[in-house]
Amino acid sequence: MVIKVLVTRHDKCIGCMSCVSVCSKLYSRDENPAKSRIMVENLSKGAFHLVVCDQECEACLRECPTKAISRSKAGILVIDSKSCVGCLACVASCPIGAMHWYPAAAVPFKCVACGACARTCPRDALELVSKEAGA
Amino acid sequence: MKKIAEWIYEKRPVRRGYNMRTLVVDLGALSLAVTGEALPEAPGWIGEKAVTPEMKRQFVGGKGFGLKLLWDGTRPSTKWNDPENEIVIAMGPLCGNTNYPGSGKSLVVSLSPLTGVPIDSNVGGYFGPFLKFSGFDAMELTGKSPTDLIIFIDGDAGLVEVYESPEDLESDTHILAEKLTRAFAASESEADLASVAVVSAGRGAENSWFGLLNFSFWDRRRGGCRVKQAGRGGIGTVFRDKGIKALVCRYSSLGPDDNGAADPAAFQRIGLKLHREIMALDEGQSRMRTTGTAHLMEIMNDYDLLPVQNHRFGQDPRGPELASWVWRDLFTQGLPDGCWYGCTLACAHAVDRFELSTGPYKGQKVCVDGPEYETAAGVGSNLGIWEPRGILEINFYCDTYGIDTISFGTTTSFLMECWEYDILNVERTGGISLEWGDWKSVCELLHQMAAGKGLGQVAGRGSKYLSTYFVERFDADPRLMKDIALHGKGLEQSQYISKESLAQQGGYYLTNKGPQHDEAWLIFMDMVNNRLPSFEKKAEALHYFPMFRTWFGLQGLCKLPWNDIEPDDNAKWAEPSKVPEHVANYRELYSAMTGEPLSQDDLIRQSERVYNFQRIFNLRVGHGLRKDDYPPYRAMGPVTEMEYLSRQERYDRQLSEKQGLDPGKMSLPEKMAATRKYRQAQYESLADAVYVRRGWSKDGVPTSEHLVELGMDRPELLEVVEAHLQPWSEYQPKKPSGG
Repeated sequence: MVIKVLVTRHDKCIGCMSCVSVCSKLYSRDENPAKSRIMVENLSKGAFHLVVCDQECEACLRECPTKAISRSKAGILVIDSKSCVGCLACVASCPIGAMHWYPAAAVPFKCVACGACARTCPRDALELVSKEAGA
Repeated sequence: MKKIAEWIYEKRPVRRGYNMRTLVVDLGALSLAVTGEALPEAPGWIGEKAVTPEMKRQFVGGKGFGLKLLWDGTRPSTKWNDPENEIVIAMGPLCGNTNYPGSGKSLVVSLSPLTGVPIDSNVGGYFGPFLKFSGFDAMELTGKSPTDLIIFIDGDAGLVEVYESPEDLESDTHILAEKLTRAFAASESEADLASVAVVSAGRGAENSWFGLLNFSFWDRRRGGCRVKQAGRGGIGTVFRDKGIKALVCRYSSLGPDDNGAADPAAFQRIGLKLHREIMALDEGQSRMRTTGTAHLMEIMNDYDLLPVQNHRFGQDPRGPELASWVWRDLFTQGLPDGCWYGCTLACAHAVDRFELSTGPYKGQKVCVDGPEYETAAGVGSNLGIWEPRGILEINFYCDTYGIDTISFGTTTSFLMECWEYDILNVERTGGISLEWGDWKSVCELLHQMAAGKGLGQVAGRGSKYLSTYFVERFDADPRLMKDIALHGKGLEQSQYISKESLAQQGGYYLTNKGPQHDEAWLIFMDMVNNRLPSFEKKAEALHYFPMFRTWFGLQGLCKLPWNDIEPDDNAKWAEPSKVPEHVANYRELYSAMTGEPLSQDDLIRQSERVYNFQRIFNLRVGHGLRKDDYPPYRAMGPVTEMEYLSRQERYDRQLSEKQGLDPGKMSLPEKMAATRKYRQAQYESLADAVYVRRGWSKDGVPTSEHLVELGMDRPELLEVVEAHLQPWSEYQPKKPSGG
């Protein structure tokens, strides 16, 4: 199956946070890093680590008690906010911390591989690709 | 189905955990409509009753509300099958939240057919949370209808409808629950099916005294109904006696924070913390997510605590044949199985496509819910059954017939022991052979019980009834019957060997409803780790743990996420057996829900009020004194020579170390008599210490001063206790009743 995924190149990231900024503004109309679907971790000494869903492992999909998480036709893991009961089991089950929640917001959120961050990145640290799952 | 009545109510959102109202349904009044007579206007057959601020303060919710409503609705003389006996299903303020694991529990309360005193049973499934979000903190069912009725609460529309149950509608849950789910779902879509929950019993509940209630939930991954049980004390029997075929609730708009929490973000934060703890640590701790409570099987066998042959022994070389890895392989799906949303401990496992080999559904492939530890031990090792398929067969039929596996297991093991001693034989059983391990015969007994025929019908009245019946009918030795019929107040004991732990004997028998392990499980603290060396320490544990654990029942919570998962650093804290970090979680959750602070002392006080109320309720119906708190000797020590000999080294050592006797110079009967005398005296001292700690008289009656201290000096309670209170020094022992 072909899936869409955001490829991260940590060595190119300079920590400018433009990806975080565009993501939180696009999806929550708020410039707030805590509302971004992508996270930039500062490893110090000029090194950064980008955290974003790899669209492959499906731990969240397996854990969800309402089956609110599914794979879309475009091959992306998406949350159906109507079915979600906000238990946050998916947040806890994500092995890389790519499923997010914001205090008192009803539903958790994650990257849907739209590519807005990749288009904004000044250093090509992010790229939206289509690939065969598991490849 | 023919609709005979309907009632529209005002829908209101839940606020800070409460609706502040109860739904009351009178089956007796409703039965008028069946015969075509005009129903009285509401509240004649149905209505809502306010939950007053005082009721909320004193009784909190859940089991507290259930007991309060049951008290108000019954008289001291009310028996289980009188119309005024009630079934109350009540939820509690934290029930239904989707963030903290183990938050979907309903508490069901009624006067028990087995004991005559109030029973309370804690159950999962979706009915309770749906009922709560439909607008009610509790549902009170009173009266009795000669025709079977189905009550439907439509939480989407704010409507209650009553239907006459079609005569040909099956009673057995695996058929009934699924049929009704489909009948009352708005459509056949998965979301609509998952919005309906059913409470039902089964044929066995119609014909035995330990009938249970099955609470359904739609399993989206299996695409079928699953059930969890309000198992103990025969509430299903009362349900069918009242002419209730089923309760159905529909609630389609479940979302985050339907409880209306004061601080929903705190719920998310604390819930997430526990989710993460569970996911990181469960596999290395209790393996609830993969094996459920069946993980206890080999632990109990290793520590000589697994019931074998009516609790004669605690260990068997065949123990590994029922070990957790056997069940883990049998459990299917391999995905989290929660009985309410947001429970990542998810212990409700099942075996799919199990082919039945006996009974009315022989040859069919079914989904078996479980087995949990109590079932695997109770109808497995305790009956000498070491074949998993035998246990699965009994498990399935008990569930669908609406029969409690614990009472069934303990009663059947008693019958099997009677068979071994020739008190029963083929003539007396009507042809059923009750050899240890013969699971097909056990199934035959179970099918008879469900059909209300033969030995099964008599056996369905429980261990207490049978122990007297065998004396009267078969000239059995009354002392032996009393010693080996394992019940307290009439309720069959659950499945841990308590003989070698005095504290656990108290945990089982110094209880309100009878020997159920939900009040205190102290075997490891007492027997294995020796943390409770004095009577005072035991008494403190038998105060703290029953009170703390009562709190789950007030809130609508499950006990398992409290200590079947523990923080990584739990052992570093003072009193690790209390799991202090999780206790702090509960206090925070309560405050986040209600907006009111809750100290550690407040938490225990909330429980103490209800616990003492329940004790006084027992007194009110004639069973709440010291004489009602004694175990049968099987729960305390070796009844038979073979039991003594199986642990001879231990018992001989205790004679010399604890009593200064020389076992080498004593005959076996002398050694057994000395052991018995010593252990019974120890239990008396334990009861004394526990009663003092609980603020009770030597006869086990809560004192007026203690009620004042608790803020429970309600006139109706003082009236009951004052009729029984006497100074400690004037107490005269009475003959133990029951056990």
